[in-house]
Amino acid sequence: MTQDPNARSEIEPTEVGANAAETGERRLTEEHSPETPDTYGSHEIGIEDLDFATLAEQGHTATELDPDAPAVLTVDNLKMYFPVKSSGVVRRTIGHVQAVDGISFEVPKGGSLGLVGESGCGKSTTGRLITRLYKPTGGSMMFDGQDLAKLSSREMKPLRRDVQMIFQDPYTSLNPRHTVGSIVGAPLEVHDIVPKNQVLKRVQELLEVVGLNPEHYNRYPNEFSGGQRQRIGIARALTLNPKVLVADEPVSALDVSIQAQVVNLLQDIQAEFDVAFLFIAHDLAIVRHFCPEVAVMYLGKIVEIGDRETIYGKPHHPYTQALLSAVPDVKQAAVGGRRERIRLEGDVPSPINPPSGCRFRTRCQFAQEICAKVEPPLLQIGKRHKVACHFAGELGSHPATPITTELLGVDDQGSPVPGATPTNTQHTIPGYEKTWYDLRTKQTTGV
Amino acid sequence: MTSVPMTQSSAADRDAHDGPYLQVEDLKVTFPTQDGPVTAVQGLTYSVEKGKTLGIVGESGSGKSVSSMAVMGLHDAKSAQISGSIRVGGTEVVGLSESKMRDLRGNSMAMIFQDALAALHPFYKIGGQLEEAYLVHHSSASKRDARRKAIEMLDRVGIPQPDRRVDDFPHQFSGGMRQRAMIAMGLINDPSLLIADEPTTALDVTVQAQILDLLQDLQREFNSAVIIITHDLGVIAEMADDVLVMYAGRCVEYGTTKQILTAPEMPYTWGLLSSIPDVSASTDARLIPIPGNPPSLLRPPSGCSFHPRCVHSDKVPGDLCSTQLPELLPASSGTAHLKRCHLADPVGVYQSEVLPEIAPELVDELSEETR
Amino acid sequence: MFAYVVKRLISGVLVVTLVSIAIFLLFWYGPSSPAQPICDRETSNRCSAAKLEIYERTLGYDNPVYEEYGKYVKGIFVGRTLTIASNEYDCSAPCLGLSFRTKQPVKEELVSRIPATFSIAIGGAFLYLLFGVPIGVAAARRRGTVADKALVSSFLFISSIPYYLFALLTWLYLTITFEVPFFSDTGYFPITQDGPFKWFSGLFLAWVALGIFGCTQYTRFTRGAMVEALSEDYIRTAKAKGLPTRTIVYRHGLRAALVPVVTIFGIDFGTLLAGTIFTERIFEVQGIGWWSLEAVQGRDLPVVQATALFSAVVLIISNLLVDVVYSVLDPRVRLS
Ligand SMILES: Nc1ncnc2c1ncn2[C@@H]1O[C@H](COP(=O)(O)OP(=O)(O)OP(=O)(O)O)[C@@H](O)[C@H]1O
Ligand SMILES: Nc1ncnc2c1ncn2[C@@H]1O[C@H](COP(=O)(O)OP(=O)(O)OP(=O)(O)O)[C@@H](O)[C@H]1O
Ligand code: SF4
Ligand code: SF4
Ligand SMILES: [Mg+2]
Ligand SMILES: [Mg+2]
Repeated sequence: MTQDPNARSEIEPTEVGANAAETGERRLTEEHSPETPDTYGSHEIGIEDLDFATLAEQGHTATELDPDAPAVLTVDNLKMYFPVKSSGVVRRTIGHVQAVDGISFEVPKGGSLGLVGESGCGKSTTGRLITRLYKPTGGSMMFDGQDLAKLSSREMKPLRRDVQMIFQDPYTSLNPRHTVGSIVGAPLEVHDIVPKNQVLKRVQELLEVVGLNPEHYNRYPNEFSGGQRQRIGIARALTLNPKVLVADEPVSALDVSIQAQVVNLLQDIQAEFDVAFLFIAHDLAIVRHFCPEVAVMYLGKIVEIGDRETIYGKPHHPYTQALLSAVPDVKQAAVGGRRERIRLEGDVPSPINPPSGCRFRTRCQFAQEICAKVEPPLLQIGKRHKVACHFAGELGSHPATPITTELLGVDDQGSPVPGATPTNTQHTIPGYEKTWYDLRTKQTTGV
Repeated sequence: MTSVPMTQSSAADRDAHDGPYLQVEDLKVTFPTQDGPVTAVQGLTYSVEKGKTLGIVGESGSGKSVSSMAVMGLHDAKSAQISGSIRVGGTEVVGLSESKMRDLRGNSMAMIFQDALAALHPFYKIGGQLEEAYLVHHSSASKRDARRKAIEMLDRVGIPQPDRRVDDFPHQFSGGMRQRAMIAMGLINDPSLLIADEPTTALDVTVQAQILDLLQDLQREFNSAVIIITHDLGVIAEMADDVLVMYAGRCVEYGTTKQILTAPEMPYTWGLLSSIPDVSASTDARLIPIPGNPPSLLRPPSGCSFHPRCVHSDKVPGDLCSTQLPELLPASSGTAHLKRCHLADPVGVYQSEVLPEIAPELVDELSEETR
Repeated sequence: MFAYVVKRLISGVLVVTLVSIAIFLLFWYGPSSPAQPICDRETSNRCSAAKLEIYERTLGYDNPVYEEYGKYVKGIFVGRTLTIASNEYDCSAPCLGLSFRTKQPVKEELVSRIPATFSIAIGGAFLYLLFGVPIGVAAARRRGTVADKALVSSFLFISSIPYYLFALLTWLYLTITFEVPFFSDTGYFPITQDGPFKWFSGLFLAWVALGIFGCTQYTRFTRGAMVEALSEDYIRTAKAKGLPTRTIVYRHGLRAALVPVVTIFGIDFGTLLAGTIFTERIFEVQGIGWWSLEAVQGRDLPVVQATALFSAVVLIISNLLVDVVYSVLDPRVRLS
């Protein structure tokens, strides 16, 4: 039994939904309780006297990268295989869902790493591994000198304070039978860190931080709107002053105008409390705004990782390129019609039986023989840029011959060259090296 | 099963009228509820021509679905009071008898819904559901014809091996394939009006792109009028010819896509544009939310329904914003562009205040243009 | 599917075996010697220790329990000869023992009583489905109207009455107070002997009691399932296709609503088939339910054992059928 209060209440079903389904009548009043005063931002400002300049001031520009920040969380070769069982009395394991298969990355202190990719690529699983809702099959997760992957649930308990999670659905992740005060205060009591009579004070403080009226601590979640509920979820995650927050699709269940409120709040919180974020989302534009560094996942693996400018400006992996070109762009209105885009055919293959070699090859327009034979290593090709593709290159200038042959000791078709000495193993370090392989010069270069 | 005269109406018949294929005028939809009447849509006027796409945007609860369902006649007559006029291919559908309405539905106009898994019946095969849609409007067709037609449509929307997949159940399809099947079902009777209510909201961007491509190809092929409802201004930008922005049941801005997305004149539209980040925007652009929450339709705000959340109302003299509902009037960029706002110089405010914050790179372009 | 059924049947046999062992042990290690009841009966309650010993020895109750259980199981497959006191009785396969009371093989009486129980069960279930489901559908379509509310609350009232009380009142009013002609002479009269009319009139009141009571429950189940189904997105889709209301309600709505109703029905029907104690007792139908009641009262252990085993078998089979039907009704359910 885990001690994580988040985990517990996420499983609690809401009664509200069930009632509505049963009566068949739509409830009108719950969505926006009129007696709840509208609050905005981290400081209680009545909208009445809010003018555009003040509002704009509170809106944030995209978060900037701090290249010198040390890593607070280092994930190395992390794996999560879910067993697939046969049915029947004796349930044999007949295969594994390779939900996360050897990913490595660093989350910088007070920074944020974005995790993007199609549905089912393992983003949530990664988040759940870091918060240790699952125990990893392999790999390590170094936090504060300790390997989270190796700790038992009991040893994990004190560390749970430091690694917290914000859930996607503000409607199901809060227990409808508990007041906001007890939801936000629960972690304090579980971890026994402030005296009982101080809990309320801390709760009110937190509610104020997330822009809710502190007097509302004894209300129930259904008296709040979706955006306000997500604020409650954020307050709960902040209760214990975490160092790392895993935000799994924190805004995708919210209305567009409310999304921006919550993203700004998260940016405020990051600046004020110096929390590091692992920010999971499938909305590439939100991730671009919130995360100076982004990892792109495909079928359990990171295929490209780098800073915002590189990933969005000159992606080198065919999948990243396809993903980005699929995003509809508001700017297109000025031109009219649809953008030219790379069409990805077919569906993501099953993670139980992923394709050999490069997992993307079944949908990749550049795939060649080598792609089926050898898995491309996640190769550092820039100061803060790694990509896993034999034919990595900017859109329109993918090389004709594989760039990885020398490193892997194979020929252009992917067959091992006798006598060759591979210089690169499949395994790369979680962070960035001082030197990297330059695609143009085909040389190892550095700063 | 169905009365004969309307069912086999040829495309020529349906085209035999002038003007836009769909014309909505002063539409009002009210639901009596325990807490009092809820007016979900009011004073809504728009039109869509064949071959054109209208995008409808707005927050959750702004009446996008309710208004489109009124066009399809999907509201329960007992629980919804509808007034105004909706003409589909020249036929007035407000007050039309249920049996006549039934002949239009799925035949001259079709609707596809957001969650295809929930919108397809879990217990019937995909093929069966398509055939049913075909047969109900082609009473003389045989089961064999219907099946052939179903396979043909599945093929048309890009389902691989349609002759085999036609016998699959919805749960055996992937999310994207289910949405394709929904589209195939909507288009099986070659409707002149297609309403897509958030057709891609639950899908991955890659799948979304496939579906949008498909919708656009099909529209070209069938020359139908399309309404696309979405939260995503990017989808609007790439798909729509015209845009209707809804707030609290009313149209607050209406115009061509270019007008609405590049020269909006209403603070709510500004708010929508400023509250979404863009994949290609400058990283200096600010993300400026719309403060507060959407209004309650039970007790709608007085005057301009956006006024409790509007950060520009201080530029309107007196308390006009909170006392008087602005008319939907032509905007400065052209007569086809309508807006509902008291601001005297919206263009000035947008260019000098809003744009520098949300798209700093565009300001320079703009100043170059004007020079 | 086939493999699934076989698997389920095997586990069913396992369960029946366990049930039979449990029952066997229960009366073997019960508060008094298993031979006590028959000894009491045969000696008109003057069972001395010596006499009890004779009964125990002849019935084999002095042997180890597993040995006797083995004989019991063997008897089911090949038959056996049973000795009570000094008399030998032949009990052919499948032998479930001899009734202490009649000294007849239990199996024969069981078989002779099945038609009565099944007649009640099938007739009652037929009635409650016939009325319950359509009334439920009609109520769901008129959800929220005065008629619907009146119906739902009156049916709720009826189903809150304990069933035995309800059946007793039905019987009292219809036979004693009103003396409804033809139907007041309740009981089971085999069609083959007394003709269909007698069979029908004998069981009619039992069916009515079961039918009305079940109907109130099934109306509520159906209404609930139907309200839910009619609010699903696929109903809106069906409407948007231009289908006629009848098709929407029955082909799309009812088809989905039936799944939970059929599931509940399968379990209920199994319970009915296993014997309806109250109905049979009140309407004097010589079925399995009443028989088991008598056996318990008369401590006729072999009969208790046989009826319990029979219920287990019927319930297991009906559960299996429910699962199979469920998978046929809902294609998302794969049996494997
Ligand atoms: N508890 C589990 N048992 C078995 N398989 C699982 C489990 N959780 C996730 N998976 C599988 O692992 C894969 C990755 O799932 P995950 O939820 O991490 O994806 P995701 O990237 O978060 O997708 P989405 O964008 O849809 O949330 C999927 O194929 C999923 O089916
Ligand atoms: N049958 C009904 N009875 C009462 N109120 C209703 C009914 N249907 C819709 N409404 C109300 O009408 C309003 C408009 O709803 P609608 O579904 O059109 O919103 P929408 O713009 O489509 O939002 P979303 O983006 O969430 O789909 C909502 O406030 C809703 O609660
Ligand atoms: S390694 Fe080959 S298949 Fe994989 S992305 Fe690169 S080119 Fe495509
Ligand atoms: S009318 Fe007033 S409140 Fe309404 S949008 Fe215009 S400025 Fe804002
Ligand atoms: Mg996820
Ligand atoms: Mg809607």
